[in-house]
Amino acid sequence: MRAFIFGAAFLFLLTAGAAAQTTVVSTQLRPIEEAQKMRTVLLKGAADPVRFIPEDPNTYQTRMQAELAAAKGEVHATIALEGELEPLDAIGGLSDVDDVIAQLSTSREFSAGSLALAKMGGRAFRFVPFLTNTYIMVANKKALPYLPKGADIDRLTWVQLIEWSKNLRQATGSAKFGLPAGPKGLLHRFFQGYLYPDYTGGLVRTFRTPDAERLWTDLKELWRYTNSRSTAYSFMEEPLRTGDVWIAFDHTARLLPALRERPGEFVAFPVPAGPKGRYYMPILAGLAIPKNTPDRGAAVRLIDHLTRPDIQALALREVGFFPAVRADVGRLSPGIRVAADAVSKTFGAGDGRAAKIPVGLGARNGEFNKVFIDTFQRIIVRNEPIPAVLNRQADALREVMREAGAPCWAPDESSGGRPCPVE
Amino acid sequence: MKVGRSPEWVAYGLIAPSVVFLALLFLWPLTETALMAFREPGRGWTAVHLRKMIGDLNFTVSLKNTLLLVAAVVPVQLALALGMASLLDRIPRGRSVFLYIWTVSLGISDLAAGLAWLSILGDRGYFNTILHMAGIVDQPVNWLSYRHPLALFLCIFIAEVWRATAIVLVIVVAGWQLIPREYGEAAEVLGASPWQKFRRVTLPLLKPTVQSALILRTVLAFEVFAVVYALAGRDFPVLVGEAYNWQGAYQNTHVASAYALFILTISIAATFVYLKALRVRRETLS
Amino acid sequence: MKRSAERQFWMASALALLWLMPVYAIAVSALSPEADLLAWPKSWLPAALSWETLRFFVQVAGVWDAVINSAIVAALTMVFSIALGAPAGYSLARFHFKGQNLFRMLIVMTRAFPLAILSLPLVTRFISVGLYDTHLGVALVHTALALPFSILVSSSLFMGIPRELEEASWTLGCGKIRSFARIVLPLALPGLAATMIFAFVVSWNEVFAASVLTLNQRTLTAFLFASLEESPLHFRLAGGFFLTVPSLVFIFAVRKYLFSMWGISDK
Repeated sequence: MRAFIFGAAFLFLLTAGAAAQTTVVSTQLRPIEEAQKMRTVLLKGAADPVRFIPEDPNTYQTRMQAELAAAKGEVHATIALEGELEPLDAIGGLSDVDDVIAQLSTSREFSAGSLALAKMGGRAFRFVPFLTNTYIMVANKKALPYLPKGADIDRLTWVQLIEWSKNLRQATGSAKFGLPAGPKGLLHRFFQGYLYPDYTGGLVRTFRTPDAERLWTDLKELWRYTNSRSTAYSFMEEPLRTGDVWIAFDHTARLLPALRERPGEFVAFPVPAGPKGRYYMPILAGLAIPKNTPDRGAAVRLIDHLTRPDIQALALREVGFFPAVRADVGRLSPGIRVAADAVSKTFGAGDGRAAKIPVGLGARNGEFNKVFIDTFQRIIVRNEPIPAVLNRQADALREVMREAGAPCWAPDESSGGRPCPVE
Repeated sequence: MKVGRSPEWVAYGLIAPSVVFLALLFLWPLTETALMAFREPGRGWTAVHLRKMIGDLNFTVSLKNTLLLVAAVVPVQLALALGMASLLDRIPRGRSVFLYIWTVSLGISDLAAGLAWLSILGDRGYFNTILHMAGIVDQPVNWLSYRHPLALFLCIFIAEVWRATAIVLVIVVAGWQLIPREYGEAAEVLGASPWQKFRRVTLPLLKPTVQSALILRTVLAFEVFAVVYALAGRDFPVLVGEAYNWQGAYQNTHVASAYALFILTISIAATFVYLKALRVRRETLS
Repeated sequence: MKRSAERQFWMASALALLWLMPVYAIAVSALSPEADLLAWPKSWLPAALSWETLRFFVQVAGVWDAVINSAIVAALTMVFSIALGAPAGYSLARFHFKGQNLFRMLIVMTRAFPLAILSLPLVTRFISVGLYDTHLGVALVHTALALPFSILVSSSLFMGIPRELEEASWTLGCGKIRSFARIVLPLALPGLAATMIFAFVVSWNEVFAASVLTLNQRTLTAFLFASLEESPLHFRLAGGFFLTVPSLVFIFAVRKYLFSMWGISDK
C-alpha cells in the first residue's frame, strides 16, 4: 500500500511542470471576475498559452523571494505595482528590460510619466509599464441634494466634504461617509497621497507640523460622520451597494463593481483638495521579468502582447484599468465610463499635482504604511491627544526612514541622497 | 511492562516515523525561523525585534484579547461538547443525523464561516432583522464596532464557539463510545442520578479524551484569527493576526517570528498545565 | 424514563436547529439574487433561487484541474496522517517511555506555530529538493497540520480500549499483530475514521501552504482564495459555499464509519 502511494506520488513529481506554458504571477486583477476576464479575454490571442496566477500581495512577496533564490525559477513574468516590485529589485531579482522597451517602442508609445517611474530611481528600466490607475470618490445619487451650497462636486475641498457628511448625518440619522480602514483596506494611501499632501504640502518632512495637527483635527470631525464599521471595510464598493455608506474614498478598481452593477445609482468624482493643494496618487502596474525566468523569450512575447494598444484598450473596457500606452479606447460601458470620467478629471485637473507612491523604502514599505495606520488608530479610534501621538509616531517614522535610507520623494522637498528627515 | 521483551524499543520504533517527519518538516524550518527573531543580517544577536514587538501599539491589546477569548471560548466548548455527547448517548433515535449537524462546521472554511456570521450579525443581518421585528430597533445597529466592545466580544465569542466546538465534540464522542455500557448500567442499578452517573463514572473514564481535546482546542484557539478579522476588522486585534500582519503587510519577518515564538511559548505553557493538571494514568481502564 | 428521553430528543433538535443557522445563512446567501443579499430587513426565505453565481464558478478556467489537485492532496494527507499517527498514538497509549511528554509537546507545537511564518524556509527547502509545486509537497505540510490531531485522538482511543482484551487474545493464541488487527483495530476504527475526516478537511480548507508551495498545481482553495478575497460580496458568498460543499459531502459520506460503532460494548 505504502509503496503504491509513494509510487503514485513519484508519478506526480514527474508530471508536474511538463506543460510548456508561460506562467505569470500577478498581484493585480485578482478579483475572480477580473481574473477570469484576464484569462479568457486579454490573454486570448497571446503567442503561447499563459497560466495567469493571481496572488495576494503578502503571499506574493514570500513566493517571489523564495523563487528568486532558486537557480532556475518557474515564473516567466510577473505583474505587480511599483511598490511591490521594489523589494524584489532590492534583492537583485529583476532583469533589466531596456532592450524590451526599446523593441516595443518602435510599435507603440508608452506614456512619458510611466516610463520615468519604470526605472525605479535607477539607470535601467526595471519593468515595462502595463496599466495605470488612481483613487477616486464615489457617492450615491441620494446624497447629492445634501451637497453644501456652492460646492462643485468635481472641485470639492475637505472642509466641504465634512460639511456634506454632516448634512447627511443630520438628514438620515446615520453616518454615511466611509473609508477603507479594514485589515485589507488601502487607508494608508488616503494619508500618503491625499490628506498629508493636501494639508501639509509634504508627507515625511511635514509629518508633525502644525498643518498636520490641523489635518488630524479635521479628520476627527469627519470621523463623527463616518460609518464606524469603516475599520472593517476593505473594499468600499460593498458598503456603497448596501447603502450603509453613501460617500466613499477608495482605489478605482475597488469601487468599480458597484459602478458596473448599477451605473445609474452612483456618481464618481475626484478626491477633494486641501489648503496646500489638490494632490492625487497615480498608480502604475508593471510587467517585470525575474532574473531566473525559465524562458525570457516567452516573457517578452507575453509583454509584447499585453502592451499592444488594442489589448490595452480592451483592459480598460473589460477590467477598468487605464492604458499605459497611447490607445484608442472605443466605446465604454456605462459603469466604466462613470469611473473613467472621474479618473480623467483627476489626471486632467489644472491645479492637480501628483503625490508619488512611496519609493526607495524596499523591505520597509510595510512598516512605513504601519506608521500611518497606527497614527490613525491612536488619534481617531483610541482618541489619544494629537500632539503626543504625532511626536511618538514621528520617532517611529524617522526610524523607518533611517533603516531604509530612502531619500524624499514628491511632494516632499528633495533631501539629496540622505534619508528623508522628519521635521 | 508486559508488552514484548523490549517495550521501550517498540515504543520508540512506533513514534520514530512521526518524529523524523516532524523534525524534517517542522523543527528544522522552525529553528531557522526562531533564530530570525533574535538576529539580523550583519548585526549578529539582537533584542531589537523583541523590543519592537513589545513596544508595538497592538501587542498588549492583542495579548489581552487573545487570552480573554481563549479563557471564554475553551471551557464553554468543552462543556457544550460534553453536553452534546451525553445527549447523543441518551436520545432514542437520529444520532448520526445530530452528530453530522453538530460537526458540520468542521468542514466549513474560515472564509465561509466568517461570511456566514457576518450575514447574521452584520448591520443588515438576521440578528438585526429579529430585533427589528420585535420592535427593539428601527434602524440597523452596528454591533461589530469598537464602539460596542462588549457586543463585539460576544459576537466573536458566539462565532468561535460555533466554528470550533465540532472538533472537541468529535474527540469526546470518539472516547465516549469506548466506555463500556456496563459501568453506566451498574451505576443506575445502584440508584445514581444521571448527573451522578456522568460525574462519577463517565467523566473519570473520559479523562484522557478530555485532556487531548483541551490541549488541541486551546492550542488552536491561540491560532484564531480569520473569523475574528472577518467580523471585527481592525477593532479586535489578536496575536496571530498581528504575527500575520508583521509577516505580510509590514514585511518584517523578524518581528513576525518574535510574535510566533511568543505564541508558541504560551501554547506550550498551556499544554504543560493540562498535562500536569489532568494527569492521566495509562492504567485507567484496567 | 421514556419521557426524559423524549425531552432529550427535543433539546437535541433545538440545538441542532441553532447550529444550522449559519449554514442556512450562507447557503441562502449563496443562492439568492444579489438584490436580496443587500435588502433590509432581511427576509427569511429567499424570494427566488439563483444559480447564476454558483454556475460561474463551475466554468471558471482551471477550476476542475484544481478540484483534482485538491482531491489528490487530501487523499495523500489522509493516508500519511494515519500511517504516521496511529502507530505513534498506540505507542503513547500502551507504553511508558522516557520523553513521552516531550513527544506530546513536539506534536502540539506544530499547531502552535503560525504556518505562514515558516513558509519562507519551507519554500526554499522544497525548491531545493524538488518538492515545490508538487502534490506530495503540499500533502506533507498538510500532514504536519493534521498529525497532532491524529496522534492525540488515536492515543486516547487506544487508551480507552481495555488492555485485558488484547492480553486475553494473546493467551488464546493470537499473535500480537493478529490480536491488534482482530481486536484493537475494529474498536479503534470509528476514531481512526474521525482522524481521517479531520485530515481530509484540514487539507481541503488549507490556503496558505497550498498557495506558497504551488504554482501550477494549485489546490481548489488556493486557486480561488486569492481571487475570492477581493471579489464582490455575492461572489465571495457563492465561492465560500462552493469551496465548502465538497467537504460537507465528504463528511456526510463517511459519517456512518464514524458513528456506527456507538455502544459497541453492548454487543
